Amino acid sequence: MSVGLTAPALFAEAFATPAWADGKPLSYLHGFGAKAVPVVALTWGVIWISIVVVVIISALVVVGISRRRAPDPIEPVSAIPITRSGSAIGWLYWGVGVSTLALFGTLIWTVVVLADVNNPGVKPAVTIEIAGHQWWWSARYLSDDPSRVLTTANEIHIPVGQPIRVKLIGADVIHSFWVPALAGKTDTIPGQTNTTWIEADRPGRYMGQCTEYCGEQHAHMAFIVVAEPKSDFEKWQRAQLLPAKAPDTPEAMRGERSFEFHCGACHTVRGTDAGGTVAPDLTHLMSRETLAAGAVPNTVGNLAGWVANPQAVKPGTLMPTLYLAGSELSDIGAYLKTLN
Amino acid sequence: MAPRDIERVPEIGVASDVYGGTLARTWETEPGIAGFFSTVDHKQIGIRYIVTAFVFLILGGLEALVMRIQLARPGQNLLTPEQYDQLFSTHGMTMIFLYALPVLSGFSNYLWPLLLGARDMALPRLNAFSYWVYVAAGIFMYVGFAIGAGPNDGWFNYVPYASGPFNPGMSMDFYALGMIFLGISTTVGAANFLVTLFRTRAPGMSINRIPILIWGTLTASAANLLVVPAVSLAFFLLWMDRQFGTHFFDVASGGQPLLWQHLFWMFGHPWVYAIVLPAMGMVSDGLPTFCRRPLVGYTPVALSTVATMILGFGVWVHHMFATGLPSLALSFFSAASIIIAVPSAVAVFAWTATIWTGRPVITTAFLFFSSMIVLFTIGGVSGFMTGSVPVDWQLTDTYFVVAHLHYVLIGINLFPVVGGIYYWFPKMTGRMLDERIGRWNFWTMFVGFNIAFLPMHLVGLWGMPRRVYTYPAGIGFDWLNLIVSIGSFIFAIGVLLLLVNVVRSLKHGAIAGANPWDAPTLEWSVSSPPPPYNFAVIPRVVSRHPLWEDRLKEREVRSATQEGLLLDHGRETIATTPLDAVPDLILKMPEDSYMPFALGVALAAGFTGLLLHWWWLVVIAGIAVAASIVIWLWPERELGQVAGVAP
Repeated sequence: MSVGLTAPALFAEAFATPAWADGKPLSYLHGFGAKAVPVVALTWGVIWISIVVVVIISALVVVGISRRRAPDPIEPVSAIPITRSGSAIGWLYWGVGVSTLALFGTLIWTVVVLADVNNPGVKPAVTIEIAGHQWWWSARYLSDDPSRVLTTANEIHIPVGQPIRVKLIGADVIHSFWVPALAGKTDTIPGQTNTTWIEADRPGRYMGQCTEYCGEQHAHMAFIVVAEPKSDFEKWQRAQLLPAKAPDTPEAMRGERSFEFHCGACHTVRGTDAGGTVAPDLTHLMSRETLAAGAVPNTVGNLAGWVANPQAVKPGTLMPTLYLAGSELSDIGAYLKTLN
Repeated sequence: MAPRDIERVPEIGVASDVYGGTLARTWETEPGIAGFFSTVDHKQIGIRYIVTAFVFLILGGLEALVMRIQLARPGQNLLTPEQYDQLFSTHGMTMIFLYALPVLSGFSNYLWPLLLGARDMALPRLNAFSYWVYVAAGIFMYVGFAIGAGPNDGWFNYVPYASGPFNPGMSMDFYALGMIFLGISTTVGAANFLVTLFRTRAPGMSINRIPILIWGTLTASAANLLVVPAVSLAFFLLWMDRQFGTHFFDVASGGQPLLWQHLFWMFGHPWVYAIVLPAMGMVSDGLPTFCRRPLVGYTPVALSTVATMILGFGVWVHHMFATGLPSLALSFFSAASIIIAVPSAVAVFAWTATIWTGRPVITTAFLFFSSMIVLFTIGGVSGFMTGSVPVDWQLTDTYFVVAHLHYVLIGINLFPVVGGIYYWFPKMTGRMLDERIGRWNFWTMFVGFNIAFLPMHLVGLWGMPRRVYTYPAGIGFDWLNLIVSIGSFIFAIGVLLLLVNVVRSLKHGAIAGANPWDAPTLEWSVSSPPPPYNFAVIPRVVSRHPLWEDRLKEREVRSATQEGLLLDHGRETIATTPLDAVPDLILKMPEDSYMPFALGVALAAGFTGLLLHWWWLVVIAGIAVAASIVIWLWPERELGQVAGVAP
């Protein structure tokens, strides 16, 4: 089974909808929020400076060659005499002088933007602690009130129009946190906490991706940032804080027990005996749009396929193939479907 | 008591055929297999370096093509993720370490003594040793790749992914030991260039008369001497962590992942300049020949070469802008990374002015040299973009950077190198490369390269991350990647045309003569290919353009290439003072020797022992290393190394 054959549908559908995303959810030529907008302007600025420089130099080279070139073909080269024709040192003065001005201008603009986006204008409303793992993301919404700390994976909801503090910690190897439409990259490095912030100034779904090479499935380490109005965000937060509902069909109840036995050492489902912390928290699995960090859309079929043989979906993933009996698989599937 | 031979006043004479015959017997390398393993002739070593580097270029190129097939369409499964990871890592290792610097070392090795008016490099045996270690280290690392243990963490090899717990198996051990091994070659090679420059220039070739290529290799060598220890140390610490449980990079015990990045990039960024500055020097020297005038702004260009290297030591953190370092620190490195474009601008405007005020003669070599100015500019401005911290937070680790670095490495290294092949092939072989194939060669490479790498900027700006073995359809990457893949195959055909031209011209090329391009520097004053002793008499130099003096008529005196110091008591050349090149000493040059090869083999055995934990082999190799060095350095009467005995 091919990952690539299913993933396209996901992204095409998921990110093409907002007109501004333009079918390119990872593009950083547009930005939506106080952290991204000044950088987009600077990016376009240096792109235009660069294009102008390339055009000028190319023109100088091409025109320079064509205006006094020797007749072609010429044999031998020595037929053209050697002369030191005039002083051309003025080229260096002008060329280097103008270049230096452009460079200093860019430098000043850079420092201004750097200072501008270094910290948000107002105190962040929400702090999320995000860890990069091989090959998925965990997110913990921090709070002084322990009962309001919630943990999720691969999908981050934020209130729109507010800066969000992001604390980045490393779980295993180095990864890099990147939501191009909202902010540039910050690495998650084991042994240190990096702090950054993001802000979305309009509701939407923004794609994120690991951008520090981290091993076999670096390619499939995406995540989604869902920016929504404050009331929707709070509704989501309340729902996520709840433990999982107890299953009510016999199949799902058997599935819960199988899940605790087979999956609970790695995964957590709050409200059950499954309390592992090395893999994504699945308490509200069915509220998420994708499986395995954006590898496939979260559909019933994909979920069953993923549990049955994760290596086929995402070769090298640390989730082992469990070789479960067919009945156990369908029970677990039935249970997972209840985790709204 | 009569003065010792090395203290005599050397006779001055005129080059003649009879005299050349005597010198040839003194300097000749034994033919056949014996000579192959024992020669210390810089010309043979230089050509070997170039050929070996091209073998690695072709291997690295094939690796790239396989990756481009995998990436041509979204969601392909031609390669497993692990295979892809080893391919991109090996591709990087090959191109950066086994092609880019060695090919320039090859040109410099071949050209330096000829450009400087010397009979060999200052330390000929060390030169041979440097080559053997390069080959052995290259084979060592490729053995790992061949048995499925190639590097798989990129050429930059970040920890902790490179550490034992995350990367069991031998990949990292092959790479770590191979890099330390290769570092020996780079270091001794760099030392040799420095000594050669400061001691073996022809009388009169003061430091302001050396070709720009020499400035390029000089600054690159000085940088390598300073920075290679950093990366060798880093790889040694990593190997210790992996094999003996030390904790340099072990986070759980207080180790620091960022320590690796600092050590690596303190080396890595200066290295980038080391693999472009000599190539820029080739353009600075080659372009004026075809523009029929001296380079505009020799002094600014020479100084900007040195300035680039000095600033180059202060920009390594721009590889680490996203690691969470404080903004204030980032500002300084951002400033350095942007300002380093100033000396590059000097070179670009000097070349452009040379074309503009000259009368360009279009040859294949000229096309490669002049197109490099455009590619250099594209690679330069994209580098300038990454120097701006907030922009780099977006650009870094996307395909934009892949496009950038290929404009740097292919544009500023490979294009000048291929131009250099067209320019100096006649000198090396005595035959011209075919100009008609040459035009096809150039245009296929130039068009293919730009089709492959210009769109890559855009796919990067649209957010495609680096080092992914596949990507999903429908998020903007599809058709651009297909174009990139098509371009890469066109480019490969261009490189193939070069090989065809070389093979064909070796037998059928037109006879070149001593100076087919009517070029100004000393290497063109001797026959093509040059005799084993290079110069029958040591030339005397009074300007930067010894062979153009009659036409430039800029001073009364003329350089002399046919009359000069004879120095024919065995293998001899002249040592001159470091800045003004006033004759100082007679240098007794060593004979051919098997010891550089033996020492290389002994070291290879030692590193193999370390890799496999075969400590007995390490001990045997250690003894062999010591023995080779002793035999190598054993005082020789002919070299005036035995005290109190006049040879």
